[in-house]
Amino acid sequence: MQLSTKHLLGIRALTREDIELILTTAEQFKDVLQRPVKKVPSLRDVTIVNLFYENSTRTRISFELAEKRLSADTINFTAGGSSVSKGETLLDTVNNILSMKVDMVVMRHSASGAPYFLARHIPAAIINAGDGINEHPTQGLLDALSIKNALGTLEGVRVAIIGDIMHSRVAMSNIYLLKKMGAEVMVAGPPTLIPPYIQEAFGVKVEYKVREALEWCDVANVLRIQLERQNQPLFSSLREYNLSYGITRKLVDSLHKDIVIMHPGPINRGVELDSEVADSRHSLILQQVENGVAVRMAVLYLLAGKD
Amino acid sequence: MKVILAPAQLKLTIQRLAHQLTEDGIDFNNTVFIGIQPRGIKFADRVVDCIRTLYPKEKVQYGKLDITFYRDDVRKEIHIPNQTTINFSIEGKTVILIDDVLYTGRTIRSALDAILDFGRPNHVGLCTLIDRRFSRELPIQPDYCGKAIDSIVTQRVTVQWDLEQVVLH
Repeated sequence: MQLSTKHLLGIRALTREDIELILTTAEQFKDVLQRPVKKVPSLRDVTIVNLFYENSTRTRISFELAEKRLSADTINFTAGGSSVSKGETLLDTVNNILSMKVDMVVMRHSASGAPYFLARHIPAAIINAGDGINEHPTQGLLDALSIKNALGTLEGVRVAIIGDIMHSRVAMSNIYLLKKMGAEVMVAGPPTLIPPYIQEAFGVKVEYKVREALEWCDVANVLRIQLERQNQPLFSSLREYNLSYGITRKLVDSLHKDIVIMHPGPINRGVELDSEVADSRHSLILQQVENGVAVRMAVLYLLAGKD
Repeated sequence: MKVILAPAQLKLTIQRLAHQLTEDGIDFNNTVFIGIQPRGIKFADRVVDCIRTLYPKEKVQYGKLDITFYRDDVRKEIHIPNQTTINFSIEGKTVILIDDVLYTGRTIRSALDAILDFGRPNHVGLCTLIDRRFSRELPIQPDYCGKAIDSIVTQRVTVQWDLEQVVLH
């Protein structure tokens, strides 16, 4: 049994069987991470470069940890202090690194489609760690694993994704994955942050009132308000966003049932999510981080064997 | 297809192995039995059951080990891992690895690496139902063996638990 793709460029290319295989393998790696020796020698002969053209702490550390736990050799590349600032093209940078016999590339880039471009031109296996506003497949997978662990299944689960849907690659990967696995998806937020026609295009429900979204859902995946992505303000102020769309303790307590809260991080405490909720028993946020390493180990392990 | 162990023989062999494993005055506090996933588990279940019947008052420590991540052929083929359940320490203890068929010895080599990541055992022994002798690719031999047979590379040995027999085909 193996994955149907050579790369992990997005959830869109994965079949349901692929997703189940990754999640099952990730469960086994979770076990490994509980042991006294948290390493396995599986990727001992593999070298992986973490090519991050965009800022990231948690994703990069998570990938690096996953690689090291698989006994792979890792190289970290951040665009800032490199030849990119001297004007080197993406292809040149990657070919230079590959000629040093690097086997796999984990890439984050601000241009949507950058990993697809790379996959067409180089022989190594590519893992998309986030490309523009397109996809962030490992985040989608770890979110799915977290929901599965908390609720037992993904089939028929109601997931509301709340926040800046328009600019969110996390939202897109989650939508593709949840729909493939039989969950019901709703996107909620201010109308200025929800792409028009998303309902028709992806079969998701749309809701502009956060209370209705929380009453409907079993799981609320709260997205960060991405200040660095917006050139024009699409809502009046952070304070107003919190008043209308913030997940507050009062709101969560007033619901008719218990729901589960998720957030890809980093949290703008007091904006989209209040501290009391983020640190409460409803929150899966720390499990998401734990699952992230296991899911990335599973993806790297399953892609390493492909020629 | 040839039947190497018929149902009656299989039962006797398992009983004989259970006696052999415990005949030298086994210390149940310091001995653990570990079955190797996936196919060694059914065999290990039977052996441990037998031991528990022989010593009903003793607590027999039994765990399951999956060696998928320790294989030496990761790049050739991807294998899906099974559950590893080892709920006790192996530090300073005697570990008996239990598998159904010993062929090239690579599975046991992986199991040794895996077990050493759980601690430092005092002694590791190997109990196997079938020994495909003269087929080893590594210097590994069983301490407790059900039956040794001759076989060639194109043949396979399968333990058919539903029919309670072992076949060579």
